[in-house]
Amino acid sequence: MEQLALFFALIFLIILGYILGKGRAVALSGHAYHPLHSRLPYYGLYTAIWCGLPSLLLMAGWMAFEPAIAEAIVSSKLSASNQNLTSDQITLYVNDVINLASGGIISREVNNDLQAATDSYIFFRQISYFAMAVVAISLSLGGLFSSLKSISPDLRARNKVEKIISVVMMACSTIAILTTVGIVFSLIFETLRFFNKVPLTEFLFGLHWSPQTALRTDQVGGSGSFGAVPLFAGTMLITFISMVVAVPVGLMSAIYMSEYAGKKFRAFAKPLLEILAGIPTVVYGFFAALTVAPFFRNSGEFFGLDVSSESALAAGMVMGIMIIPFISSLSDDVMNSVPQSLRDASYAMGATKSETITKVILPAALPGIVGAVLLAMSRAIGETMIVVMAAGLAANLTANPLEAVTTVTVQIVTLLVGDQEFDSAKTLAAFALGLLLFIVTLAMNIVALKVVRKYREKYD
Amino acid sequence: MDMQNFKTREKAAMAEPKIIARDVNVYYGQSQALKSIELDIAANEVTALIGPSGCGKSTFLRCINRMNDVIESCRVEGRITLEGIDIYNSGLDPVLLRARVGMVFQKPNPFPKSIYDNIAYGPRLHGIASGKDELEATVESSLRRAGLWEEVKDRLDSPGTGLSGGQQQRLCIARAIAVNPEVILMDEPCSALDPIATAKIEELIDELRENFTIVIVTHSMQQAARVSQKTAFFHLGELVEVGETDKLFTSPEDQRTQGYITGRFG
Repeated sequence: MEQLALFFALIFLIILGYILGKGRAVALSGHAYHPLHSRLPYYGLYTAIWCGLPSLLLMAGWMAFEPAIAEAIVSSKLSASNQNLTSDQITLYVNDVINLASGGIISREVNNDLQAATDSYIFFRQISYFAMAVVAISLSLGGLFSSLKSISPDLRARNKVEKIISVVMMACSTIAILTTVGIVFSLIFETLRFFNKVPLTEFLFGLHWSPQTALRTDQVGGSGSFGAVPLFAGTMLITFISMVVAVPVGLMSAIYMSEYAGKKFRAFAKPLLEILAGIPTVVYGFFAALTVAPFFRNSGEFFGLDVSSESALAAGMVMGIMIIPFISSLSDDVMNSVPQSLRDASYAMGATKSETITKVILPAALPGIVGAVLLAMSRAIGETMIVVMAAGLAANLTANPLEAVTTVTVQIVTLLVGDQEFDSAKTLAAFALGLLLFIVTLAMNIVALKVVRKYREKYD
Repeated sequence: MDMQNFKTREKAAMAEPKIIARDVNVYYGQSQALKSIELDIAANEVTALIGPSGCGKSTFLRCINRMNDVIESCRVEGRITLEGIDIYNSGLDPVLLRARVGMVFQKPNPFPKSIYDNIAYGPRLHGIASGKDELEATVESSLRRAGLWEEVKDRLDSPGTGLSGGQQQRLCIARAIAVNPEVILMDEPCSALDPIATAKIEELIDELRENFTIVIVTHSMQQAARVSQKTAFFHLGELVEVGETDKLFTSPEDQRTQGYITGRFG
């Protein structure tokens, strides 16, 4: 609540800064013999940025580090007074202090020591909050006055504002990159721990997957085998089935949409097709598990085939339906961006519509279509919900689509669901699988982006 | 006497126009783009269509090979005959018509394929060349006739889009003549080119006249005067005046033509 008040105070100061900065520029522009360098709003923005940006950055930094500092102070006090506590016990105690301070439930009785520690913690937090408020407001006011003072006809306000905005935009774009790097590192460390327990060669080339290990030392359990081959084989099988469904259907519908369909039909059908992409994958999962899989099983029985009730075929088909809109929509865009002049050229040569499509439009759009297919494929590989519900958990190494298979994503989910010991090979295996999957899809995305980029350079 | 009679008759037959347009009206939705056009286009001549922007000259050009069919809202009325066959109402397949009436566009539009495949596109479609050797011969002769052979003979496999603008346009002309059409329509073929490339194309048009009937839309009156034998002046969807190019530019009959060629409007 108090933070919110401070935030609104800053917003008020920023708006005030804009008005004052602009006002000062207006006053200066009265002296017509010396024209201003920039247009008036830039002086307002210049003042507003100096008024807001430093204190907002300060607040962000303060809020990020202050709880850790407060914790460190509590724990250092504690370890000074109680030499015999282990570091784990201190952590627990500090947690109790923090919980008590925020009115939460704690794991021990409240005694005088704890109450005193909590009081000092609360006191420190308040002091620090007021300090932050004072520093932020004074920084803001300081920025306001110094920037107001610096406004003169010669101040290159526009250049400065644009420079700051470009820096801010650069910072925003770095966030995405940093996140990717962070994800990779979080996977890498756990994966390295996994490979301390299980050799890399077994993971990459082992043909058997059965991640059951003893949870406690006194428990009898499987020693666990971590061969990822059946999982990747299952993933590839399901992806293959889904591509067999999605590529022809998606491509045909894209060709129809971009070349044959009338304007009215297109305006009606294209959004409808794209709705398919908006259906939650869980719902597709229901559809696969409750409708498609039993249907395959029953029709398989009719022909005397032994179809498992959770089959790769059902999961792959439904996943294929799910990714149809990716392929059709992207391919449609690519085909639409083939210049009309090429169609005209082909028609003027006496080509029919189908000849024009197969001989001119598809070849010209092919790189883009390949890109679309690769993007859809990495989507299919990473898809989790449908396969969890419809493909099963049995890690069979098979190419028979009527059998149950399991995929990398399904195994990651099952390894991490429920109460797990976090340093067992079983749990860590999930991170190794995740990293490998990440590498596979990343490679495919890079290829797809390369192909699409090559296509973009083509005309103009 | 008989012989002379025969000769005059033959001459009359030769003078029979290649293309005859009668009472051609074209509508885009509600608005009328061409009003009752009557025009004869003679064989083995260059006919230039001139007029200010939006006057309907390109629309008329695109009627001759039914390229307007592609535009949904476009409606063509009237009669256009090619050697006596009504191209709109006789059940003639537009695909076959376009094999006889080739077209070159304003902006060079080679396919993003190799130079060879660009030229071979039409012959392959229509099955003109049987066998690889014959196709190669067709490609070479088309490129020679378009005056491009010497410049590209060593790089027939490189993409057509990599040529310069003028070369691309000559490539498009070579592509059009590879199917051996009778008529070539040119829609401002030089408007995207520099003067030197323009001069080359104009020279080429003059050579092609020997074997083809050429209809060219142009914005440049100098170009019309240089390349054409007949000129037709369009204004606001009407055909104002048509005649020998020399005569039309020196002593136009209509006030509007006079105004346009002297630069008073357009």
